[in-house]
Amino acid sequence: MSAAAVILRRACRDLAVIAGAVGTVLLACHVVLGAAGIHGAGACAALFRESLGTRYGFSESVVKATPLMLAGLAVAVAFRMRLWNIGGEGQLYAGALAAAWVALFLPRCGIPRVMLMLPAACAAGAAWALAPGILKASLGVSEILVTLMGNYLAMLLADHLCYGPWKGSTTFGFPMSDRFPADADLPTYAGTRVHGGLAIALIGAVLLWALLWRTRWGFQVRVAGSNARAAEYAGYRIRRDVVVVMLISGALAGLAGGVEMAGVLHRLQPRFSPGYGYTAILVAWLARLHPLAIPPVALFLGMLLTGGEQLQVSAGVPSSLVDILQGLILFLALAAEAFLRRRHGEARHPELSGSPAVEGSGD
Amino acid sequence: MVRWNGAWIMAILATVSCGDRASPGRSEAVPAVGDTVAMVDLKVGFVYVGPIGDAGWTFAHDQGRRALETRYRGLKTVYVENVKEGADAERVLTRLAQEGCALVFATSFGYMDAVLATAAKYPRVAFMHATGFKRDANVGTYFGRAYQTIYLAGLAGGALTTSGKIGFVAPVPIPEIIRHINAFTLGAREANPSCTVHVVWTNAWYDPAAEKDAALSLMDTGCDVIMTEGDSPAPLQAAEERGAFAIGYNSDARAFAPTRFITAAVWDWSVLYSRIVDEVLAGIWKAEDYWWGIETGITKLAPWGPAVPETVRQRVGTRQREITDGSFDVFHGPIIRQDGTEAYPAGARATDEELLSMSYFVQGVAGTIPK
Repeated sequence: MSAAAVILRRACRDLAVIAGAVGTVLLACHVVLGAAGIHGAGACAALFRESLGTRYGFSESVVKATPLMLAGLAVAVAFRMRLWNIGGEGQLYAGALAAAWVALFLPRCGIPRVMLMLPAACAAGAAWALAPGILKASLGVSEILVTLMGNYLAMLLADHLCYGPWKGSTTFGFPMSDRFPADADLPTYAGTRVHGGLAIALIGAVLLWALLWRTRWGFQVRVAGSNARAAEYAGYRIRRDVVVVMLISGALAGLAGGVEMAGVLHRLQPRFSPGYGYTAILVAWLARLHPLAIPPVALFLGMLLTGGEQLQVSAGVPSSLVDILQGLILFLALAAEAFLRRRHGEARHPELSGSPAVEGSGD
Repeated sequence: MVRWNGAWIMAILATVSCGDRASPGRSEAVPAVGDTVAMVDLKVGFVYVGPIGDAGWTFAHDQGRRALETRYRGLKTVYVENVKEGADAERVLTRLAQEGCALVFATSFGYMDAVLATAAKYPRVAFMHATGFKRDANVGTYFGRAYQTIYLAGLAGGALTTSGKIGFVAPVPIPEIIRHINAFTLGAREANPSCTVHVVWTNAWYDPAAEKDAALSLMDTGCDVIMTEGDSPAPLQAAEERGAFAIGYNSDARAFAPTRFITAAVWDWSVLYSRIVDEVLAGIWKAEDYWWGIETGITKLAPWGPAVPETVRQRVGTRQREITDGSFDVFHGPIIRQDGTEAYPAGARATDEELLSMSYFVQGVAGTIPK
């Protein structure tokens, strides 16, 4: 069989799997919503109609997707090395706190504050991830537990600052900081809430891809993720790389918090993140931990999440049903993804052997 | 707004023009809720911070929404639940405006910035923000004087405690909750001058697990009456399990503590929501602050639980009448702060501004306000 025929057959199979998943999603929507007495298929279409069909809806999906992209990149780089950094939420809060500190307390110094907020957010996110990285590298302490605890620490620290020392002077005792000065705002795009953080996230995705797939260090990280013992045998300095990867991961998550502050919220509020750091884990897995796949996947999730609100507004679907639907859609997307990967995995080995150039094209 | 009964407009104009303050005077007639009025064409949006089934804050607001649908033929309502107090709120508010809502109720404090930003984009839509303090050309604020009812509940709680320790499950340390804790304590110590009110913060409006844990830890330290201001009835359940008395908030959730329920400070938002809908329909709505008291029925005590003795019921009933007719003010001097200094000398009364920004505990509260 010629190579072209193999590729064609595989493409047909993939399409069939994707069509099957979409069909199952629609059927599931119909059943779930039908049970609640709502016209299923129409409501399911409404889920994406708004976010795809209108300028406002699309722009809002992008706003929602922006922190998910950065946090998704953070998760992906760590998971690439099999470092289970589930502390994206905490690192995001750390980044937001640092950005807020710069905006609120740094005196004017010639350059717009926003130019300092974002580096500060990176540094704080990295610092938040440093301790789990060092503990993992030096003592083998589970990064899962340490990063998870870091989430609570950062959120409670944000609570403390909002209720206490950073409480605004113009907020009547309510727990929030004052609004940041105007030079702490990221520019927004043409009357929407889409802000400069989007460009930062897209550039970040390309840079991360280049780092992982176009540098020797990136190759080492990926080898260490695929087979730690082989990497050790090859003489890679895995311990050092663990710390560096955690720093990069934390910096990206911190940046997510920073752009959310400077781009959307413009003041520190307790519990401002609706779980971006956790949703990012889903983004990273759906994107198969590939940096260039993360922006579209984050946008898909942004549409799904904002579309869910629209479903409540236009179709009167209760929010718990919306959650069930979103869960079903994600579940089926993951199932289809796993299904496709297994098929390709079976077919790939004979072709891949002796063709290291394929390695460069990614996963 | 079409087909609006002319007589009604006149009646409302007459009612509203009586005073410039949005709060109705005691003699003014608010149309009774439940009377179905003429056919209207209006869409009203609601943004909720929790699920409508929380048996608490959001549930109470949703009851108000349902009452509107019952009362006004043709009126449509739209609501969105579980909207986080962050970047999502502005999108939800915008969607409601786009969907054609002429009046939008944002029912949580943290929506403040989002309400103001959305209102600037939709100047023809009337926005009402619950518990907030910032207004604009088309942004009004509203709340009720629940402290009056909570004071009455405290009076009952103080009479029923035998250990002299009352537990207060408190959600978020903002002036509203601090005011309520103080009112409750003033009531409890009026009935039992030696009792203390112990405060545990959950730092969340709706967190059933944390609220239950807070109630359990309060009972562990000897509290035999539990008051909660969280949005869930979990502390009531915990109190029932341990045999402590329970006082609720938001809605009448006695089913969760059938034998130990004392009462609850419940909301009836329908009276205020109907009034605002009337004003919007008549074209006379103004972006004002509505802070209604017990005399309007917006805040009231739930019917007594089975364990409350007749003497307590009568004592509280007397005070309730005095607050309703204006002869008794909850925050009247002498009021001593927790640190022993005097907040109000005998004869002085707290102003609304002071109540709205209250940031200290009164004597008798055991606990701290996070600083």
